[in-house]
Amino acid sequence: MTLEVVYFAWVRERIGLPRETVETDAATVADLVAELRAREDRYDLAFSDVSVVRVALDQVLSDFDASLKGVREVAFFPPMTGG
Amino acid sequence: MAVRVQREDFDLGAELAALREGRTDIGALVSFSGLVRDDTGDLQALELEHYPGMTEKALAEIESEAHRRWDLNATLIVHRFGPLEPGEQIMMVAAASPHRKAAFEAADFLMDFLKSRAPFWKKETGTDGAKWVDAKEDDEAALKRW
Repeated sequence: MTLEVVYFAWVRERIGLPRETVETDAATVADLVAELRAREDRYDLAFSDVSVVRVALDQVLSDFDASLKGVREVAFFPPMTGG
Repeated sequence: MAVRVQREDFDLGAELAALREGRTDIGALVSFSGLVRDDTGDLQALELEHYPGMTEKALAEIESEAHRRWDLNATLIVHRFGPLEPGEQIMMVAAASPHRKAAFEAADFLMDFLKSRAPFWKKETGTDGAKWVDAKEDDEAALKRW
């Protein structure tokens, strides 16, 4: 499947790009993260501590165990600091 | 109900006046505005990044939840993004209700959820360089109050 993967804040800075299209057979978010980490050091670094990374699927907060079935956009970012 | 995400500043007084314009059913209007605070005296800029699309949806959902929980006449959330300077306004919420308690509680609720559930990130630039602001554990814990 084809996913649009977007990154924000320091996740974006560590990976070095704001968005990319990813071809993957990953079943879950955790599987996708494992695939990305295996690619290059910058991904490995960005996801080295997933306790400080949040994920949204199609712009709704989700978690790393969630299925990617039917999902088009996956976003990774740090805990939010609005207000 | 209204949510706005914008680069430009806002006029808090004008926003509150517009919210109650022509209405006689509002008995209590509570507002909060968040400002760029310089704790150390060397903050040069605060950059606010957000997730266009998800931001508006998340804020609208938080606002809807407040209307489900309290008897509210109207609410408004305005949040800025982009580069800001110390002392500038970052955001505001307002909650109007027939009664004071609901207005206070709803404004407090909107702020607690906005801080941890709306996709905004702050980056501070000071004399030592730039640093992303860490989320506070207290902010996440605050959600359990509700």
